[in-house]
Amino acid sequence: MASPARWNHVWVGTETGILKGVNLHRKQASNYMEVSALNRAQEVCAMCWGDEHESEIFLACRDGTVKIFSTEKGKFTEFRDCSGGEGLFRGLAVHESSLITCVESGLVKVWKEGTQEDGNTEINTGPNIAKMRQNPEMQHCIGTGGKENDLKVWDLQRPDQPIFKAKNVRNDWLDLRVPVWVQDLQFLPRSQKIVTCTGHHQVRLYDPCSPQRRPVLEALFQEYPLTALSVTPDANYVVVGNTQGSVAIIDLRQGKLVKCLKGFAGSVRSIQCHASLPLVASCGLDRFLRVHNIEDKQLLHKVFLKSRLNCLLMTGRERWEQEEQQEISSLSQEDVKEEEQDEIWNMMETVQDKAGRKHSTEPPPQGCRPYKKPKKIP
Amino acid sequence: MADNDERLRKEQGKKQRKVVDSNGTGSENEVVEQQGHGEVLFPPTFNISEIKNRQRRQFMFLRFKQERRKEKLAIKKKRRKEREALGDKAPPKPVPKTIENQRIYDETVVDPTDEEVAFDEATDEFASYFNRQTIPKILITTSDRPRGRCVRFCDQLSSIIPNSHVYYRRGLALKRIIPQCISRGFTDLIVINEDRKVPNGLVLSHLPEGPTAHFKMSSARLRKEIKRKGKAPTEHQPEVILNNFTTRLGHSIGRMFASLFPHDPQFTGRQVATFHNQRDYIFFRFHRYIFKNEKKVGIQELGPRFTLKLRSLQKGTFDSKFGEYEWVHKRHEMDTSRRKFHL
Repeated sequence: MASPARWNHVWVGTETGILKGVNLHRKQASNYMEVSALNRAQEVCAMCWGDEHESEIFLACRDGTVKIFSTEKGKFTEFRDCSGGEGLFRGLAVHESSLITCVESGLVKVWKEGTQEDGNTEINTGPNIAKMRQNPEMQHCIGTGGKENDLKVWDLQRPDQPIFKAKNVRNDWLDLRVPVWVQDLQFLPRSQKIVTCTGHHQVRLYDPCSPQRRPVLEALFQEYPLTALSVTPDANYVVVGNTQGSVAIIDLRQGKLVKCLKGFAGSVRSIQCHASLPLVASCGLDRFLRVHNIEDKQLLHKVFLKSRLNCLLMTGRERWEQEEQQEISSLSQEDVKEEEQDEIWNMMETVQDKAGRKHSTEPPPQGCRPYKKPKKIP
Repeated sequence: MADNDERLRKEQGKKQRKVVDSNGTGSENEVVEQQGHGEVLFPPTFNISEIKNRQRRQFMFLRFKQERRKEKLAIKKKRRKEREALGDKAPPKPVPKTIENQRIYDETVVDPTDEEVAFDEATDEFASYFNRQTIPKILITTSDRPRGRCVRFCDQLSSIIPNSHVYYRRGLALKRIIPQCISRGFTDLIVINEDRKVPNGLVLSHLPEGPTAHFKMSSARLRKEIKRKGKAPTEHQPEVILNNFTTRLGHSIGRMFASLFPHDPQFTGRQVATFHNQRDYIFFRFHRYIFKNEKKVGIQELGPRFTLKLRSLQKGTFDSKFGEYEWVHKRHEMDTSRRKFHL
């Protein structure tokens, strides 16, 4: 029997070093760390799933350790020392039982299990890295970017040269260089394209397949630095958040603002879309975890989690309650409340069905649009 | 055209009446006719405003008001008599409804027993002050080219806050001032903004790591403008009272104000600075008190006084362009209810 931690929908890493699991269905948030053992040095900087079944969570801490949390057992199982380079962790990923870490100074390390330190691959990606992310479809590919350090895509099997290196956009109308400041990036599913958001409020789409190394699309959103982004599962839209707590959904085919999500009070640190449902979870400095419905913009859940939240992971399970209920029925526990909730979640499923149909009717993006001049979004 | 329309309407009315006539008796006739005009049926009521004669209307209204007052007094008297009759057994008086006690539930209100919040606060940017490792040293400055009133306000503010220094801004950018402040050991920076001689904004930045709060300032009164004020304040370290900072955001703001004043107030000075939060407005007052006897306390305002309202709280030192905001007041999104408060 798995621990109740298995059924949490969202996992949040905080500035105080606490890992929090939130069960949205039961409206419960639990801390998976003793308050007496807290330490600011354990601030969670990056998080990732250990495997596809989401049985393990990897947490990169400020002090250079990587902690492994087992959702099956509901406790921490392993601590690994992954220090190297300077600065905080900016990215964490898992590739065939080896761990990929990236720190602010640009040192990407691959920690193979059971080997000496010398056997590890090391890549120097340049200074001031703000984000490293893995391509979920080609797990040996990673993208990096930061301040004055434009987007680069690396192949871990050929660590000498980046396989794609972005070129800065043309000088502006005063013939001045446009500063580079990548804050977050993500690979689009089912294509080679990469979307980035910058500290100068641009959202850019790069296409390594095309001969053009400059962005194929650029959109502007308000005038404050964008801090986080997440691509919707159909790869047509991207959700971006900025330091003032404005969150918008931008169409990646036209570079247009589609809609804004409301209810944020402070800077957004992390956004994640659900893998199949039309849901988006976000957290940030205002200490709230929020779950919105992308389609009708409604705020579905709002959870106060007491500490500043740095990063979050959302489960990819499609039917959030089914498994849990099986578990409960196997224990022969029947509750009237459960039935009520069941009704609520039946309604949820209809929404999801609708979404599925809608997505299937829309054709996937094909080919690259020509580079358009940036559009100012008010 | 208008005449035509009227005629049409009249004709329609006639038609309806005709239909009604064919339907039934005269008493029903009236009822249905009213429906035909689209009115809801109510028993006939007398409304003073319908009286056409102005004199008559005024007279009737006066009488109506008198009657209403009499009724009210009668009810009050009856209630008082009931209470007197019951004596000690009388039920407690109902608490009047106010915006504050009808406040919308806020999940961020801090529970004093909460260990996680306690840890968060014990290790935040103000921890070194509350652990008595640093002594507050404050720099007060203004926006560029301050006018007389703003200058005097800064002087009076610095006479209240011990170990504070007023400097002329000299057109310097805040981002350039802050590193110099840090190197000279200042722990806080206060910037007063003014508009046409009226102070209207206050930026309070904790150094060296932030946070920075931006307030709107209103109704600032200098010492000279306060009636029945006491003599000028002494150099004693004042006591500080922080009222009603209950939510997590309120705690951060309260800690910020607290860290402006040194620990260990000198009680011989009998001076007290109050930051009173009511409906998200923070009222600052500066008083001198005296214990007249065991029961009575006299207070005397020394000034200045002002009111603050939080606009934003930013993580880190002042950086309005690239800084990360912890909380921003968004009027159209947040001010949806008069009973919702953030501090």
